[in-house]
Amino acid sequence: MNAISTVDGQARSPMAPPHATHKFGLLLRREFWEHKGGFLWSPIWAGGISLLLTTMAGITGEVMLRRARDAGEGLNVNGSHMSINGLDLGMLTSKMSPEDMRQLGGAVDASLLASSLWPFIAMTFVVFFYCLGALYDERKDRSVLFWKSLPLSDRETVLSKVASATIVAPAIASIAALVTMFGFLLLASLLVLAHGGNPAQLLWGPGRPLSLAAQFIAAIPVYALWSLPTVGWLLLCSAWARSKPFLWALMIPVFAGVIVSWFDIMHVFDLQSTWFWENVVARMLLGTVPGSWFNVASFDAARIDGPQAISHVVNLQSMYSVLLTPQLWIGVLAGAAMILASIRLRRWRDEG
Amino acid sequence: MNAVTDTVAPVISARNLRKAYKNKLALDGTTFEVAPGRILGLIGPNGAGKTTALKAVLGLIPFDGDLRVLGRDPRTERDDLMNDVCFIADVAVLPRWMRVREAIEFVAGVHPRFDRARCERFLQGTQLKPQMRVRELSKGMIVQLHLALVMAIDAKLLVLDEPTLGLDILYRKQFYQRLLEDYFDEQKTIVVTTHQVEEIEHILTDVMFIRDGRIVLDAPMEDVGQRYVEVLVNADRLEAARALKPIDERSLPFGKTVMLFDGVAQSQLSALGETRSPGLADLFVATMKGTYA
Repeated sequence: MNAISTVDGQARSPMAPPHATHKFGLLLRREFWEHKGGFLWSPIWAGGISLLLTTMAGITGEVMLRRARDAGEGLNVNGSHMSINGLDLGMLTSKMSPEDMRQLGGAVDASLLASSLWPFIAMTFVVFFYCLGALYDERKDRSVLFWKSLPLSDRETVLSKVASATIVAPAIASIAALVTMFGFLLLASLLVLAHGGNPAQLLWGPGRPLSLAAQFIAAIPVYALWSLPTVGWLLLCSAWARSKPFLWALMIPVFAGVIVSWFDIMHVFDLQSTWFWENVVARMLLGTVPGSWFNVASFDAARIDGPQAISHVVNLQSMYSVLLTPQLWIGVLAGAAMILASIRLRRWRDEG
Repeated sequence: MNAVTDTVAPVISARNLRKAYKNKLALDGTTFEVAPGRILGLIGPNGAGKTTALKAVLGLIPFDGDLRVLGRDPRTERDDLMNDVCFIADVAVLPRWMRVREAIEFVAGVHPRFDRARCERFLQGTQLKPQMRVRELSKGMIVQLHLALVMAIDAKLLVLDEPTLGLDILYRKQFYQRLLEDYFDEQKTIVVTTHQVEEIEHILTDVMFIRDGRIVLDAPMEDVGQRYVEVLVNADRLEAARALKPIDERSLPFGKTVMLFDGVAQSQLSALGETRSPGLADLFVATMKGTYA
């Protein structure tokens, strides 16, 4: 309350002249500040927990190997001969054929992918619920009245939320996934070393960690475009719903799907009901799942068998083939239309 | 206000505003003008259309009628307008997750007329610390923060809608005092609504009463003092006083009656008893009689 006296002296000091602003950057930072827990910490935690579980599995495996060896000790007179009943990986690789090595490479890549999955799973949920709340929460707690008291257009504000959902969150999750992946590779290397194997020969050589890493980054634009219909739909519900945006967002597409299936409406267009579920319902709700474009990507189908096939499935060419599909671009248009509608709703919505 | 508007372009010029909600008309041909360099109190009972009028001025709602704010239409030119207009609508609308330093950084980055040093100076004397989150602050402290942010913006028009609702008297007094001492000058215009009429009447230059979406009184404060006179009428002069048609009458203990007159000559009234200028609150009550009947 003593504020008055301290400020009094300089009270009538002249105002500073207008200065430059960087609105969009700050709008993005504002989203990050508010959703730091979701955007940053949840992929990190997901990756960290998956590494922890891997470590525990590794330790358990070691213990079980040791037990197996100890159990076999009765047969083995010389207990110091670890390699007899233990696992000697050095021996294993030296006897592998080139075909075996390719198989191994595929297996390594697959486990690398699996290890990096958790940050993306976390992100899928974070982005979904972020979009649902993005224009709803500010109305609910009336903070929209504060945002609207600043010279920020509704277009800039909504687009900053779109960019946060489609670029910022996936970029952070990708980095977390990469760190997790290399952490996993490091753990696996330690295990291999412990068993006398050469990690370079067994893991880093046959696997393609760097190429996978590059693809995570390269996938971000595909993700951004592919997820637009879902992001647009969720933002629209968020801007429109008076309450329970989650229910609206879920029920409208699902009921539409049920009705379409029930009356076999797609039959009119010579299509199955599954077409509607796949191309409308799923695109409205599951677009935030990374790799959900898998169905429309074109693969070299003949070569998909066994673990080495992973290199045919996860490669730049098949991923960017998605950019040539009408499914992607029609989705982008639908998403853009819904985002425009959200901007208009935010502009004119009157909150009592 | 009429004297000023002849020479200077008005800050707000509203003609025939209409806005209907589902069950009632919130603005019903509302017409008014606000000149620059004034502090206007917009006063009305609950549901009279105060907030709707302000929302129309701020471009927050669609409505019918002709409205120019700083020469711009708030419906179509809102983005441009908001560089020169700022508002505090309702208490404690600052986002609860935000930290004090984030709020300052954000406004500094998006508002070309925000003066960061000024804002920090306003916060110096308060309990607010940069790393505090809004949700950890008391209602009074949130308003302090909001006011510091808004006062550091060199806006031409500041709109305050019930800015001190629910605050204790210390915070309320401080709020208006700082606004007057550290912010207001002849280039700025402030429009304020509140129910605590007594607390703001001494800072207002103009007053406007609104009732059922219409402006029922629109006058500079000095005119109000001349036009309305309160008389403490002795019991023996009651009949004579009533003949002059008081707009309000209430009895005091010991047989005296207070009557409120509108536009009756001072000389006539002083014969009836002791005269004085009525408070805005008494005037408001007299004007709004029967609102909720």
